[in-house]
Amino acid sequence: MSLHIGIAPNREAEEAAEQRAMGFWLYLMGDAVIFALLFMTYGIMQGNTAGGPTGKALFSLSNAAIETALLLISSTTFGMASIAARQGERSAVLGWLAVTFLLGASFVFLEIREFTGMIAAGAGPQRSGFLSAFFTLVGTHGLHVTVGLIWIVIMSAQVWLKGLSFPVASRLFRLGLFWHFLDIAWVGIFSVVYLPGLL
Amino acid sequence: MEPGRRSYLTGFVLAVVLTAIPFGLIATHALSPVATIWIIVITAVLQILVHLRWFLHIDFATTPRENLLALAFTGVLLFLMVGGSFWIMIDLHTRMAL
Repeated sequence: MSLHIGIAPNREAEEAAEQRAMGFWLYLMGDAVIFALLFMTYGIMQGNTAGGPTGKALFSLSNAAIETALLLISSTTFGMASIAARQGERSAVLGWLAVTFLLGASFVFLEIREFTGMIAAGAGPQRSGFLSAFFTLVGTHGLHVTVGLIWIVIMSAQVWLKGLSFPVASRLFRLGLFWHFLDIAWVGIFSVVYLPGLL
Repeated sequence: MEPGRRSYLTGFVLAVVLTAIPFGLIATHALSPVATIWIIVITAVLQILVHLRWFLHIDFATTPRENLLALAFTGVLLFLMVGGSFWIMIDLHTRMAL
């Protein structure tokens, strides 16, 4: 995970970018702790359905599979954007970021549709401990993806207006860490929430 | 050595395989519930390692030592907090049932 963002203008700029990458990595590790505690809460609460619907009645395997595919493909297309950034191909970076944005936005759309459907069916977060934990865990991840989408828009504007200068490439690199990290958190979500829920 | 197209595509293919196995087992109910849960756990851990290696490019040669240490420390924290909480809650659950 050393910096792969092209040639730095000078040694100071490279050191600054390395320090920022490490600081951002520490933030991601803190975020991993937050997710782990939400996973743990879900694991403890999942049986507390208070006579309400269980995961088996609420979850859709095909919806979870499509969401998984969207995020995994978006992680790969972000990788293509990173490669294009290193080669200095500005239009390719913008194209791959646009594809990544569309995949991520489709994911958020499917998640919101799932949530509103559950709430309309009387299975909102206030129905049971299981559902409170479910909405907190999956909603926190969805919120992260939404923030990632906003960040992709901002980075696209910077690449568009400023070009692939070293600071822009360094920010794009950290956005990549964030985006790939969210896909890892999603692996946890389908493995802990959806698949065991549908067993 | 900078990660190229091949790195991401390798990660993608491995992730697809490690996703298809547990989803397929849930869809077909081919194995017993206990065996299915174990395979979900194993494929999830393997998939996380795949993402770390081929998407985040974590390795022992080029990743700064501080970042590896932070990752290892986070792993220890997660083990203590999640494992410890489950230990307490399961123990409590057993005693309440007595």
